[in-house]
Amino acid sequence: AYAGTFGLGRPALPEEIAAWDVDVAPDGTGLPEGSGDVFTGEEVFAEYCAICHGDFAEGVDNWPKLAGGDGTLADKDPLKTVGSYWPYLSTVWDYVNRSMPFGNAQSLEPDDVYAIVAYILYSNDIVDDEFTLSHENFLDVDMPNAEGFIVDDRETAEAHFWTDEPCMSDCKETVEITMRAAVLDVTPEETGTDAE
Amino acid sequence: MSDSSRGKAPSRRQFLSGAAAVGVGAVGAGAARAASPDPLITQEQEWAQTTGEGVDATPYGLPIEFEKDVVRRNVEWLTADTISSINFTPIHALDGTITPQGCAFERHHSGAIELSKADYRLMINGLVDTPLVFTYEDLERFPRENRVYFCECAANTGMEWAGSQLNGAQFTHGMIHNMEYSGVPLRTLLEEAGLKPEGKWVYVEGADASSNGRSIPMEKALDDVLVAFKANGEALRKEHGYPVRLVVPGWEGNMWIKWLRRVEVTDMAIESREETSKYTDTLEDGTSRKWTWVMDAKSVVTSPSPQSPITHGPGPLVITGLAWSGRGAITGVDVSVDGGKNWMPARLAAPGTDKALTRFYLDHNWDGSEMLLQARAKDSTGYVQPSKDQLRDVRGENSIYHNNCIQTWWVKESGEAENVEVS
Repeated sequence: AYAGTFGLGRPALPEEIAAWDVDVAPDGTGLPEGSGDVFTGEEVFAEYCAICHGDFAEGVDNWPKLAGGDGTLADKDPLKTVGSYWPYLSTVWDYVNRSMPFGNAQSLEPDDVYAIVAYILYSNDIVDDEFTLSHENFLDVDMPNAEGFIVDDRETAEAHFWTDEPCMSDCKETVEITMRAAVLDVTPEETGTDAE
Repeated sequence: MSDSSRGKAPSRRQFLSGAAAVGVGAVGAGAARAASPDPLITQEQEWAQTTGEGVDATPYGLPIEFEKDVVRRNVEWLTADTISSINFTPIHALDGTITPQGCAFERHHSGAIELSKADYRLMINGLVDTPLVFTYEDLERFPRENRVYFCECAANTGMEWAGSQLNGAQFTHGMIHNMEYSGVPLRTLLEEAGLKPEGKWVYVEGADASSNGRSIPMEKALDDVLVAFKANGEALRKEHGYPVRLVVPGWEGNMWIKWLRRVEVTDMAIESREETSKYTDTLEDGTSRKWTWVMDAKSVVTSPSPQSPITHGPGPLVITGLAWSGRGAITGVDVSVDGGKNWMPARLAAPGTDKALTRFYLDHNWDGSEMLLQARAKDSTGYVQPSKDQLRDVRGENSIYHNNCIQTWWVKESGEAENVEVS
């Protein structure tokens, strides 16, 4: 019986839910059975991933770097990767499984995904080359930046934006231009604007 | 203070063509006497003699060719490719508050997909009494609401954290659009499936390859989130999620899932890629904020601006722009022409409404000297839009997202404008 009052829609079948509900939560909920080791992962990665992400997950051109950047988060130019930034391994498994390879998503078998994730961990020096990742030891992996996130604290850390009365006149003595976009000159040319 | 003399900058080119069109005699506030009769008046023009197009010429029209510069633009160097990328609304050229859908910005993670109403399915599953599948036709049978809201990308103005980069309001503030949505409250669909008390979150995802999955707390899901299928009176555009998208009022654009295909009720956040690797905001000490959902109060002067220079000389000048807040309604906008030394209250074209764009005007008598133009928004919670330095004092320069700082345009004596930072 429906809880609602309109009686619209129809019950979803178990096969339908299984096909679409593939997300994996931080506690491992949603992980299918399976496993993959670093060596297998290296092969699969080379075949499906390395063209954009590099042989060592270091990234090619502007494509995302998946490894490196350890300890750079407070630097002027932090390098945010799976190893240096991502808090949960579940996200790696989930995202690779659902949305990679770019342009041919949802083409990987669970064991391939386990192997790729194991290889990404190895590339980030989080596991050694003998490592095998499975649904059973998944939560044992320590992600370096697991404690690196806080919940939005703007209402306390930025409370003064609510409480400070805005100045209306004679707010400062002098005003100097300190930076100019035209000096950088990275704005695209306008095209198609010529009136003629 | 001479101008930058950068002949290939967009502001310069547009300035020159604009100035040529106006020609001489533009000095003075309309008081100059014509030296000779205007042939556009004294000679019969073709459009006053022959006929125009018939009503069968254009079943669905596009803007007139003279407006062909009012288009979305992308910035090639921002992303690795154009599939997972962004383009920008030409806010410098628009007025009012409603964004024309055809030039409203796009942000995709695996491209704009083509999904017909016939192929469309929406699943509600997880911690519900009865997991359900809806067709598009089912959705149109639920009681409907109409609401106007802005959708602002979390990364809007993100390239400007470390300094002035892109020269134009379209590029610095154009990851935004504002539409009137028609749709069904998400609450209605969740109630149809029957919520279990353990359900604290919904995980929402799209039908595209990126899926763009995000977690939304149940309180918001039951409040004002809409499952929308019409925008500005017509079906959603393909690039905006046709046939169905999520509308998440006041919250960062990433959560406005397009091509919405599944809503899962969960007891925890999924912590997907789009809320861990992306859409988290790194602070100066290297820790990062997560779940920074709300877009704070913000404003920008859209004209004059680098792409919309002053071409008419001194005298009456319309200074105009947009203000918005994800926390409520805009209650006021102050404008400064001297870089924030002094502020004048602008005129709101209409009273601010909840989580929607508000148009403001300052009817100014420009004396022809250079200006440092700024706007500062205030919302119904009392929040006042901060300067970039105030934001950087709290966050540093690496937050990427949620840059709602006060923008400065340096308007030169020539009427050209440039994106600058000031002390």
